[in-house]
Amino acid sequence: MAVVCFMVTMGIYFIATISFLAYLLRRSEALSKVSLGITAAGFVVHTIALVARMFASSAPSPPSVHEALSFFSWMLILVFLAVEFRHRIHVLGSFIVPLALVSLVSAAALPDTVPTLQPVFRTLWLHVTLSMLGTVGFAVAFVAGVMYLIQDRLLKSKRFNVLYTKLPALDFLDHLNQQSIVMGFPLLTLGIVTGAISAEFAKGSYLSWNPEQTWALITWLFYFVVLLGRLTVGWRAKRAAYLTVIGFAGVILTLVGVVLKSYGTVS
Amino acid sequence: MHLIVVGLSHKTAPVEIREKLAVPESRIGEALNRLCTYQGVKEGLLLSTCNRVEVYSVVDDIDHGYGRIQEFLADTHLSLSSEQLTPHLYWHTGDRAIAHLFRVAASLDSMIIGESQILGQLKDAFEVALAHKTTGVIMNKVVKKAISVAKRVRTETKIAEMAVSVSYAAVELAKKIFSDLAQRTVLLVGAGEMAKLAAQHLIAQGVGQVRITTRTPQHAVELAEQFGGTPVPFEQFKDDMASADIVLVSTGASHYLISADDVQRAVNVRRNRPMFLIDISVPRNIDPAVRHVDNAFLFDIDDLKQRVEQNRAERLQEAEKAERMVVEEVGVVLEWMKSLEVTPTIVALKNRADDIKRSEVERTMSRLTHLSAQDREIVEGLASAIVNKLIHNTMVTLKSEVNSSSGAAFVEAARRFYSLDSQPPAEARSGETASQPDPRSQELPGEEAASHTASRKRTS
Repeated sequence: MAVVCFMVTMGIYFIATISFLAYLLRRSEALSKVSLGITAAGFVVHTIALVARMFASSAPSPPSVHEALSFFSWMLILVFLAVEFRHRIHVLGSFIVPLALVSLVSAAALPDTVPTLQPVFRTLWLHVTLSMLGTVGFAVAFVAGVMYLIQDRLLKSKRFNVLYTKLPALDFLDHLNQQSIVMGFPLLTLGIVTGAISAEFAKGSYLSWNPEQTWALITWLFYFVVLLGRLTVGWRAKRAAYLTVIGFAGVILTLVGVVLKSYGTVS
Repeated sequence: MHLIVVGLSHKTAPVEIREKLAVPESRIGEALNRLCTYQGVKEGLLLSTCNRVEVYSVVDDIDHGYGRIQEFLADTHLSLSSEQLTPHLYWHTGDRAIAHLFRVAASLDSMIIGESQILGQLKDAFEVALAHKTTGVIMNKVVKKAISVAKRVRTETKIAEMAVSVSYAAVELAKKIFSDLAQRTVLLVGAGEMAKLAAQHLIAQGVGQVRITTRTPQHAVELAEQFGGTPVPFEQFKDDMASADIVLVSTGASHYLISADDVQRAVNVRRNRPMFLIDISVPRNIDPAVRHVDNAFLFDIDDLKQRVEQNRAERLQEAEKAERMVVEEVGVVLEWMKSLEVTPTIVALKNRADDIKRSEVERTMSRLTHLSAQDREIVEGLASAIVNKLIHNTMVTLKSEVNSSSGAAFVEAARRFYSLDSQPPAEARSGETASQPDPRSQELPGEEAASHTASRKRTS
């Protein structure tokens, strides 16, 4: 059941992605409703998949990368639907839904097994959930940043095309960027702390400088500086957009570190 | 009975002719009354705006009617001769006249396609005509339909959505930078007309604060009063610029008033909060190098014009959709007008009476089986006599009133009394509001005067 629902979700998000990209390029507004409907349907099926999986597992097991990414894309769509519901920024879907799809496809491609670790499930679950929630914040900030940079470029070069008419106002995007980081940063901080505690339980040391941990710390520090800069010296607007786009690369590299670990190449 | 429109517009006549022919609002009623005194002119409506003067009328005979209306137009202004006027006039009749009115109402014939003023002007003209009782069944129906077509075009196409004036394009751009104008401050530098217009648009869109500076301090104070803003001394405005989210510049200065450095400084003070600068002056007052300053967005008059051109092109596309709607709606009105012709109405009335008579006679005869053939004939004769006498007067009146001013109303009334239209047009059932009473239910034959009073009472 869980596997079938997961596959169906992927299919639906694939269609939603195509629909949202078509919406982006066409003048008509009609596609936005269709795309939104498809996405919502995908979200429901995905929820069923996650719940089914939760009940299916008889014995408690530590979270796999597959589960983490699946949860990430679920949260991402949830945030999108919430923002869409409040602000009616359909075009956000054209950026977020493809990202959710990529994450789902990665989840499907990655092994659904866990590296043999001593069972410290509780803290590990907490670590993964918090980190992923933080990542969702950074992902939304990344998307807002990309949209900001596109709109900034279009305005500067005075190209009033279809994209220009669909993208929201600059200050909205900047605000979304700020909010996402303000929410994502504390979550990631807690995620790292619980991760360190888990590591202590599992391996006896808080920090072993493997790629996952190294990139996580670099990413954390980077966003710390970005947030600090924004709140103190006015790193907002275009600069904030650039920085969050770059910062998301750190997030991706951390995830790559996690994947490498799950393959067991790095202990 | 023919609908005719005679007039001229920005497309056919220069402003010198248009302004002479234009009838001031206060004198439209008087003009309409004069129009209706011409022989053969039954209904009249006068639409007079700065871009067009048109007479819509219902006349007995097209050629004769056209001549009369032309006379009427030439008479409205003493210094205008028929010879001067005729080359600029266009005229349409029947379905083309209806289509023309619909296109005018929907702003498809306007100088700026999609502008909304014309609909209000048409409504006003209709009000005046109603007040002077110069419109009847046909015009009332057609004009109301024109108003509803215009509304439909407005809601179903994007024809009126995009900015097509330079000053409004500035507002549209501002909204792509600031989502909520209420928290924004606009600084108006100089008092060029276009900038004032843009400022007015911004205020109408709810911009939070307005600051104004001009080289003559007194001027700034006056403008500040007019816009409900704050005057700023000209020498200080550059320091003040950082507090403004939107800077609108249009002065007569022949050099750059605002340099890239000035803007960079303002952006720094604002800690990179975006700034929107609009330079509507020619020669330009803001150094174009400002485009290299991050988080400052400068648009000059050409940029705004480019945006307007783009929107115009889009409006034209939308106009094509609207044209299709017009064709469709004209069809509906034509259908209705056809029903107002007398001969088909009389035929329908006879058929209706015959139908009733036949079915009643058949029913009765089936119960009176004992009657002889002769008796049967007598009973049938009785039925025929009653029916024919009942409809006789109606038919005679219809024939005699055919050419009177209320002929259409008689036809319409007859069709309703005898339910000759198995399916009444949709408008008869819906779409009528208290302020616009259905002319067909109001203007009963012979009670025209009374009905007009009634409709006036209901509108007031």
